[in-house]
Amino acid sequence: MLAHEILQELVQVLGRENVLTEQEDLLTYAYDATAAMKHHTPDVVVSPLSTEQVAEVVKIAMRYHVPIYPRGSGTNLSGGTIPTEGGIVLSMLNLNKILEVDQDNLTATVQPGVIIQALNNEAAKLGLLYPPDPGTVTTATMGGSVSECSGGLRGLKYGVTKHYIMGLQLVLANGEVIRWGGKTVKNVTGYDLVALFTGAEGTLGIITEIIVKLIPAPEARKSILAVFDDVDKAGKAIAAIIRNKVIPATLEIMDNVTIQTVENFVHAGLPLDAEAVLLCEVDGYQEVVEREAVLVERILNEEGAVQVKIAKDDQERDLLWLARRSALPALAQKRPTTVLEDATVPRSKIPDMLKAIRRIATKHNLQIATFGHAGDGNLHPTILTDERDLEEMKRVHLAVDEIFQVAIALGGTLSGEHGIGIAKMKYLAWEFGEAGVAALRHIKEALDPDYILNPGKLVRRD
Amino acid sequence: MSVYNSLDSITEELHKCMKCGNCMAVCPIYKETRQEVAVARGKISLVEYLLSGEITMTEGMADRFSLCTTCMACNTNCPCGVRFDKIILAARAEAVRKKGLHPVKKIAFTALKMQRVFDFGMKAGSIFQGVALKNIPDRHSKLARMRVDIGIGKEKVFPMLSKKTLRSELPEVITVKNPKMRVGFFTGCMINYFYTDIGRAVVEVLTENDIEVVIPRFQACCGIPASVNGDVGSARTLAKRNLRAFERMGADALVVACSSGGTAWKHVFGELLENDPELKALADKWAKKSYDISEFLIHQVPFKKDGLGRVARKVTYHDPCHLNRGQGISKEPREILKSIPGVELIEMKEAGRCCGMAGSFSLVHPELSVQISDHKTADIQTTNTDTVATGCPACRLQLQSGLENARLDGEVLHTIQILAESYRVGKEELRRPK
Repeated sequence: MLAHEILQELVQVLGRENVLTEQEDLLTYAYDATAAMKHHTPDVVVSPLSTEQVAEVVKIAMRYHVPIYPRGSGTNLSGGTIPTEGGIVLSMLNLNKILEVDQDNLTATVQPGVIIQALNNEAAKLGLLYPPDPGTVTTATMGGSVSECSGGLRGLKYGVTKHYIMGLQLVLANGEVIRWGGKTVKNVTGYDLVALFTGAEGTLGIITEIIVKLIPAPEARKSILAVFDDVDKAGKAIAAIIRNKVIPATLEIMDNVTIQTVENFVHAGLPLDAEAVLLCEVDGYQEVVEREAVLVERILNEEGAVQVKIAKDDQERDLLWLARRSALPALAQKRPTTVLEDATVPRSKIPDMLKAIRRIATKHNLQIATFGHAGDGNLHPTILTDERDLEEMKRVHLAVDEIFQVAIALGGTLSGEHGIGIAKMKYLAWEFGEAGVAALRHIKEALDPDYILNPGKLVRRD
Repeated sequence: MSVYNSLDSITEELHKCMKCGNCMAVCPIYKETRQEVAVARGKISLVEYLLSGEITMTEGMADRFSLCTTCMACNTNCPCGVRFDKIILAARAEAVRKKGLHPVKKIAFTALKMQRVFDFGMKAGSIFQGVALKNIPDRHSKLARMRVDIGIGKEKVFPMLSKKTLRSELPEVITVKNPKMRVGFFTGCMINYFYTDIGRAVVEVLTENDIEVVIPRFQACCGIPASVNGDVGSARTLAKRNLRAFERMGADALVVACSSGGTAWKHVFGELLENDPELKALADKWAKKSYDISEFLIHQVPFKKDGLGRVARKVTYHDPCHLNRGQGISKEPREILKSIPGVELIEMKEAGRCCGMAGSFSLVHPELSVQISDHKTADIQTTNTDTVATGCPACRLQLQSGLENARLDGEVLHTIQILAESYRVGKEELRRPK
């Protein structure tokens, strides 16, 4: 429980209607989309309407040493928004305006509560595109996806969120408001704080305005699906496509477990004994797309695909994508708990990673389906389990540990796009050693010495 | 075990939810409030905490459970196939078991059960409604607004109570020459008391297609207002009365022109009466031969196309949630509209988005209801049509109210009214000398 005067001050700043204090409301901010995670109820939920109000809330929190947990839609998969130490949940959803779409500078300026899809709808009216497209594109906020540096299906060709963030307005832990970066392509003034705050998971400051880069929307696209009877062949095909200087917008893979589950779920026509399916989409100018699609088809055949299909029109394209789109829903309906990881390896190591995951699944007697963004090495080993089964959950945790060990051993990383949050904090030293963990902590303490902002996430407090 | 009997009935449904939050993309209430408790994921969590014993049922909890229009948009968008409509009904029934029914609702649902008292009240209402309601002049149908705000706002436009109820206006059996079948017509309250024009159109179209119509005098309210608010006892009483009334009169099929009524006959009666083998069998028997009027005309009759006269209307169609997602009927009304000469069907954006009426929801949350309605009105406006067709009298009320408040001149009709109009014009065209 927060002291009465803290609540009073919050109400004074935000107005009664933007301060939630009743148990029935608070309980619904105790979790996010992360599976098998302990929930924690905040003491209060506030919804500011302006940067000034955010700054005032931070000052109050600082004065009373109350933690602040910034939150967008709460769709992250790392426990990033769970208020582990109670305190204030700062809901950014009422800061939801698209302030500008600038056609001349190819930028958009948005508030953090804007839903990604809403920005894309506005950009599309001008023939523009904001490329990052996490699976939660219709629900996640810009603030959340910048803070988590979301990736998505178009990473291979277009990169991820951090490649599109040009400027930020931030409220620091001391309540000061700063602006960094802007609409210029070039900017080397000072440290690159825009890069630092992107993916900082709300632990260094609170984002209150975002300037993003937009690109001209591609004119055409073409999808190709290939079936393989061998994971290694699929892996070689991925490398061969890239080696031939084709950079597809999307290059996705599904393993045998995923294929079987999906096929039973949507009957998309995939052979049940296939060891891997690759789904590739090239986009750009019409002429280029035609050329690349034919090239990709040839490469896939040369690399030993047992079946290659090119979608002739949008209807066929949707059919090819049905299987991939249905992967997570299909898997999620199989067991009550779906632990979705995002260990990422260099793309040349995809076959090794797939085989290692299968080995781990057998060893711990678990159902693990793997699908994901093969083109950028970002796989989603998905463990199907039931969090009520404590014995099985023990094996799940062991398997997760081993998946991370393998990913790092293959030259990869703990997290490609979901972030560290609470879920992966304990593994950080595996990737960059105790010295690296200390470096993270020094940065955190320089900007937020009292651990007011999203404490308990990303940076371990010793 | 039905959702009306115990919270345990939905345990598996709850476990399916992986908290991904996809429901946020489509929930009409969440879109307005942007508070987690408004969306399915939030209320699912509350029910989970209840079941785990972390919290107990409070009146505040019951209030939160009232924040759902049961539009089922989240069901459709859920990657895990969670049936949130079941969860919310179970949660509300639990709230009533633990905390009792809201006093106003208690009075209302008791009145629904006492048909004659209710009829008398409505009759008196039709005489005295001028005291509370102020007529809006020059409208397509008789509309009125509250003179004083009694807690539901003055925004809402109401249809005037009909001088005569539909069931007292029409004989119990409407015969035709050489009937090809005998159909029972379940009118529902809104059509019986307010929108008798829809009821007359149903009878007109059915008889035009050589179908004998039976309107059992002793039919009652469908009970949906009670069951969705957790008053399972009242809903059960009404279900029994309806089943007996129709069983006594007998019919080859049963038609409804109201999405709640259709849901009741097809799904809810059986669930309510699952513990009574005899009545359950009766409910199942009638469920199999219950049809929405548009579904009936397309798949069972099929309705005759010759004799359709020209109706010059630009029409946009609003999908009622419980007809579209609830019963899977969205093509049929459009097919009817497209078959009418002169009708130009222009689709609005998100025709399947909830209008915000949701029965008593609009009374308990008048402001939210109007906010949701405003989006619908805006979408209607961009179609530049002169008529909005829909398949539910409650939606009709909400849509008309929205147009009225935006000072738009569109007319809102049930699809069946436009079909009836076409038959009528067809006959006139025949009479006219060539």
